[in-house]
Amino acid sequence: MIRLQTEPFEPGALLTQFCAGRSETGAVVSFTGLTRGGDGQTARLELEAYPGFTEAEIGRIADAAHARFSLHDLTIVHRIGDIGPGEAIVFVATAAAHRREAFEAADHLMDYLKSRAPFWKKEHGPDGARWIEPTERDRTDAARWDR
Amino acid sequence: MTRVLLFGRLSDVAGWRERAFDPPPATLSALRALIMRDNPALGEALLAKGVQAAVDKIIVRGDLALSAGAEVAFLAPMSGG
Repeated sequence: MIRLQTEPFEPGALLTQFCAGRSETGAVVSFTGLTRGGDGQTARLELEAYPGFTEAEIGRIADAAHARFSLHDLTIVHRIGDIGPGEAIVFVATAAAHRREAFEAADHLMDYLKSRAPFWKKEHGPDGARWIEPTERDRTDAARWDR
Repeated sequence: MTRVLLFGRLSDVAGWRERAFDPPPATLSALRALIMRDNPALGEALLAKGVQAAVDKIIVRGDLALSAGAEVAFLAPMSGG
């Protein structure tokens, strides 16, 4: 499942739902990203997507990850619109027969989402607003999977 | 009519997010030239490292002929999660 939504989500509920009814899956790994307040520097984040394009691009990477890591299933939920400090911004869960594939697939998907998925992130703080672009670390993290 | 969409910091540079170009430019490079003449700051921003173009929701490198109803998006460097 790939979903973009403006409404807040509850990561625990998503994980419970993701684990339900699996008799052949030995490993589920989940990652939840929270919005950092940055000591008052971030009053809110504004996340923009390109409707239609963003879902399709994430779907392409999800399909590739499915095959590469022999996944049984995966879920990606990403917030768009206004997000406050402490709120969950992204949830990724992967299911596989064994833990290694599930861990690696979740790591891979998050590296992709941070620097290559079509989202644009603006930070609003006391000194105004600024666009956040991927850091060098984000880029090298994502490039680890290009081999 | 060509529909042009700007994402990320590009919309701040331009002062708009979406605009119709009529008559429609024949190619992506003709559209870029039109934008450069109209708004040089935006024209330059479109050439910056990491900025990509998509035509009808497919990433395009280099030039491309545009159909009359094409949707062209210019994408600033992306960042999620």
